[in-house]
Amino acid sequence: MVLRATGDGVEVGARDFPTNRGGLCQKGWTAADLLDHPDRLTTPLLRDRPGGELRPATWDEALDRIAAGVRDVQQRHGPDAVAVFGGGGLTNEKAYALGRFARVTLRTRHIDYNGRWCMSSAAAAGNRAFGIDRGLPFPLADLGRAAAALLVGANPAETMPPLMRHVTDLRERGGQLIVVDPRATATARQADLHLQPLPGTDLAVANALLHIALTEGWLDRAYVAERTTGFDEVRRTVAGYWPAEVERLSGVPVADLHATARALATVDRAIILTARGAEQHAKGVDTVTALINLALALGLPGRPGSGYGCLTGQGNGQGGREHGQKADQLPGYRRIDDPAARAHVAGVWGVDPDSLPGPGVPAYQLLDALGTPSGARALLVFGSNPVVSAPRAARVESRLRALDLLVVADFVRSETAELADVVLPVAQWAEEDGTMTNLEGRVLRRRALREPPAGVRTELEILAALAGRLTDGAPLPSDPREVFAELGRASAGGPADYAGITWDRIDADTGVFWPCPDRDGPDTPRLFADRFPTPDGRARFHAVTHRPAAESVCADYPLHFTTGRVLAQYQSGAQTRRVAALRRAAPGGFVELHPDLAARLGVTEGAPVRVVSRRGELRAPARLSTAIRPDTVFAPFHWPGAQRANSVTNDALDPVSGMPEFKICAVRVEPA
Amino acid sequence: MNERIVVVGHGMAGARLAAELHARGGDRRITVLGAEPHRAYNRIMLSTLLAGRIGEPDVELVEAVGPGVEVHTGAAVTVVDRAAGEVVTDDGERHGYDHLVLATGSRAVVPPLPGLAPMPERVVPFRTLGDCRRILAAAEGARRVVVLGGGLLGLEAARGLAARGLDVTVVHPVGHLMERQLDPPAGAVLAGTLAGLGVRSRLGAAATAVNADADGVRLHLGDAGTLDADLLVLCCGVRPDTALAAAAGLAVERGVVVDDRMRTSDRRISAIGDCAQHDGTLTGLVAPAWAQARVVADVLTGADPLARYRPRPAVTRLKAAGIDLAAMGDVAGTGDAGGPVEELTFADPARGTYARLRIRDERLTGAILLGDNPAVGTVVQLFDRGAPVPADRRSLLLGRAFGEAPAGPAASPALMPDAATVCRCNDVSKGALVACWRAGARTAAALSASTRAGTGCGSCRDAVAGVAAWLAEADPQATDAVRETVEVAS
Repeated sequence: MVLRATGDGVEVGARDFPTNRGGLCQKGWTAADLLDHPDRLTTPLLRDRPGGELRPATWDEALDRIAAGVRDVQQRHGPDAVAVFGGGGLTNEKAYALGRFARVTLRTRHIDYNGRWCMSSAAAAGNRAFGIDRGLPFPLADLGRAAAALLVGANPAETMPPLMRHVTDLRERGGQLIVVDPRATATARQADLHLQPLPGTDLAVANALLHIALTEGWLDRAYVAERTTGFDEVRRTVAGYWPAEVERLSGVPVADLHATARALATVDRAIILTARGAEQHAKGVDTVTALINLALALGLPGRPGSGYGCLTGQGNGQGGREHGQKADQLPGYRRIDDPAARAHVAGVWGVDPDSLPGPGVPAYQLLDALGTPSGARALLVFGSNPVVSAPRAARVESRLRALDLLVVADFVRSETAELADVVLPVAQWAEEDGTMTNLEGRVLRRRALREPPAGVRTELEILAALAGRLTDGAPLPSDPREVFAELGRASAGGPADYAGITWDRIDADTGVFWPCPDRDGPDTPRLFADRFPTPDGRARFHAVTHRPAAESVCADYPLHFTTGRVLAQYQSGAQTRRVAALRRAAPGGFVELHPDLAARLGVTEGAPVRVVSRRGELRAPARLSTAIRPDTVFAPFHWPGAQRANSVTNDALDPVSGMPEFKICAVRVEPA
Repeated sequence: MNERIVVVGHGMAGARLAAELHARGGDRRITVLGAEPHRAYNRIMLSTLLAGRIGEPDVELVEAVGPGVEVHTGAAVTVVDRAAGEVVTDDGERHGYDHLVLATGSRAVVPPLPGLAPMPERVVPFRTLGDCRRILAAAEGARRVVVLGGGLLGLEAARGLAARGLDVTVVHPVGHLMERQLDPPAGAVLAGTLAGLGVRSRLGAAATAVNADADGVRLHLGDAGTLDADLLVLCCGVRPDTALAAAAGLAVERGVVVDDRMRTSDRRISAIGDCAQHDGTLTGLVAPAWAQARVVADVLTGADPLARYRPRPAVTRLKAAGIDLAAMGDVAGTGDAGGPVEELTFADPARGTYARLRIRDERLTGAILLGDNPAVGTVVQLFDRGAPVPADRRSLLLGRAFGEAPAGPAASPALMPDAATVCRCNDVSKGALVACWRAGARTAAALSASTRAGTGCGSCRDAVAGVAAWLAEADPQATDAVRETVEVAS
């Protein structure tokens, strides 16, 4: 988008950019409404005593209170007693600075972020198969030229509408769109073929597709032999996933499985994409792996116009996961337990490698332990609203209340900010410079159009000010251009190498694709043409098997519950619920259920219902729809309070990625 | 000493059990003794192997490997010595066990016809990978094949061989194919489908004798004449292999009798898969065998000492290129008790489609679906889980798409209500576009610019242009705008 300052505000305009091709949904068009919103925070808030009210405070008061609280907690409980929680909406510079602040200033191992609940399963699967995690290893425009595309658990027509322009391109060129989703979503309704599996069975569906490709002789055996390892065990595993058995498990007809495998396997250019529907499970990594196995067996990754990719869920979902916000990670997508990586990054930071903490724990575990003997006692939250967005949210809320110190940096009083001891008002997107990395691995610029309102600071300024209060070391830079240059040096040689990227270079073109190690060298729009960034240059198959969801339906909780987004709201809704036009379009939470189920429950359209799981309940009006399976109910997760879908969700975690099982649990539904 | 578990049989049940035991960890010693000389393989894929689309390695299954696991292939167990707690293989080796699991499977039934003992070269039963090799060797240079037996296995074999370009005739003693699963009309539709795929059916034809020599095989059908072929494949059913169990004195009826933990009459011995008879029933299918393997693994390792086998109703599925058949439960309805029965049927024999479903108390009690039945996945799941059927029964026959608005072009703008959403991405109704037109936006581009309709995913651009064209027509004063609108719309 482009921005223009008008007499009384900021106007959003379209920019004909290769990724969105000028498209914006209502959330984009109305984004400027928040800049001068009456709910905007322009002064720090302080709570003087537990149970007291938040009151306006000066910046010095607020920062001093934080510094004193951090010092006190660390003196009593050690450096790990302070934790940092970031967000996938922060710029690269902020994400990087947050990681550095945690490791160098606070010396805590406890930093993680809400992206753990977003792309972490696809990231882990990508890393173990390809040796790298870049959402799309090709420009998005390749999608429009593919002859077949499989979208698994992705609903871009609601969550990323401009992407559908590329889908339209694909279909107008005669390509086939196949969507796997338990709901007949707006995206699924545009598909040539919609597979509607029982939630939690995508892995088995993927293995069945590979089984079919195997039995039909559709594998790219030369590719498998030359460019991969580990296929034999996968072949023997998928031999046990014959289509009739998977049909019974998933409800997807054998003929549809067959048509899907054929569509992907018998064309030159095929793309497989996953999103949260496939990934937000306690077996999310293995589910993505099953789809990557399929892509590899068909010879897609690295073939022009083909491949596997993951659709990011947040504005900087890609860049936010590359530069040190993750518990186990250092900038450049390095591992924090790799001695060489520690030495390199410590060198850039001017500290002793041994002073860097080790890996922390993934987001949910971090929050789940807060205020307990094994967890942190102070938490600094930047760009996230876990009271609404965390799984088993009532539990997380209770953990946040148990803290000695909760600091939230936000530009509105989010539900999490309401619990804070200190709230710091921060600048918004139109008021700051920086970079974001989109789902293509394309580094983009964010440009400040205006100064932040008086009383508001940027996160970089806040971190620098806190570091100044907490340590005697060299001051942290608060100028984003300077931070980006440092990020480039810290990432040099890592998988996500930004060393050759400068703001000027980004400005001169339509972004720069990482890896880009040299100022004068090329960037990398397409990965894997010749080799994979693994030690032997080959991609890795991993045999994966289906297992049931962490929680099965039973007599007391007989229905499957799944969550997702609606078009006019975003994430926890802290921002979008405050935009009048979006509130009109999507005024509140609801529970989507099939008319047959509603009839059995005695529920009519609009009647209030309760959705009850072992962890909690939500109350919202019923919305009857034949788009959902009669054995499954759906609720969007944007609303707080009684309508909070995450009161119900399961906190079972993927053993590899730490991804919670947002997308399936067992519930009962009753009239409220 | 570590617990020793010996598994007799390295077929789909035995191999799976070893993998399940191994996956549960612990320091047990697991020994698998398989009579066949190969790795574990998927029997279900053998007809695909016959069709020539895959090679032998492609039918291999995952095996347990690692410390504590030993797999002996080509080791046929001849004796179970319960007193000594040992089994003896044909080469005289003895393996002691603390717990023994019989997964001996079943054997192909060879009908008692003159001319089949000894089994001639050109006559092969269809059961094992070794059988498959023999069939493929005999099919080399063959032109005509007769498959004796028109049950599921016979039809899979016939389809596989026809896919190799062979001339295949299925001979079946009953008046319609797969009579255990199908009613006569379904059998007739299936025979028609097979004929289209190059498989002829000789129904109600009882084989009486076989003559075979180096040049060919002749099947005698009593008064119905004879059939000549280069190869005769026997698909006359299977029989549980209970010889070891019977010789060891275990309770054996049609299969080895087991309880809900898959224990035989000797509590140190279990049986799973085709050879086991649970609650009076033989399964003969893989899914129950694997479920039984899980139960045994859970109980033996203590992972879930309370695990019990709960049979699920069988679903017969025949899926090969050009054939799509699902049959489950009791369609004839002989066992109906309880509330009134509803029956749904749909038949389009010219296109090979047939559907018959029985419903009682809002649950499916049986179904036959043959041909293009888009709801087959739903029907299978509803039957499998005993879930209530949809209020609108037609969706079971015609698929979930039934009753939904077609995805095609939108209705004429004139007929749309004002509140109808034109642009979902930006929440723009037809009414909003009309208001915008009246305010002076007289082209699709102008409507888009002022309402943002069409600026998200772009899929409603045609609809916006359609509204603009309709408004232009309805408003003759805006002639210039009409021209411009039409240009934009075209």
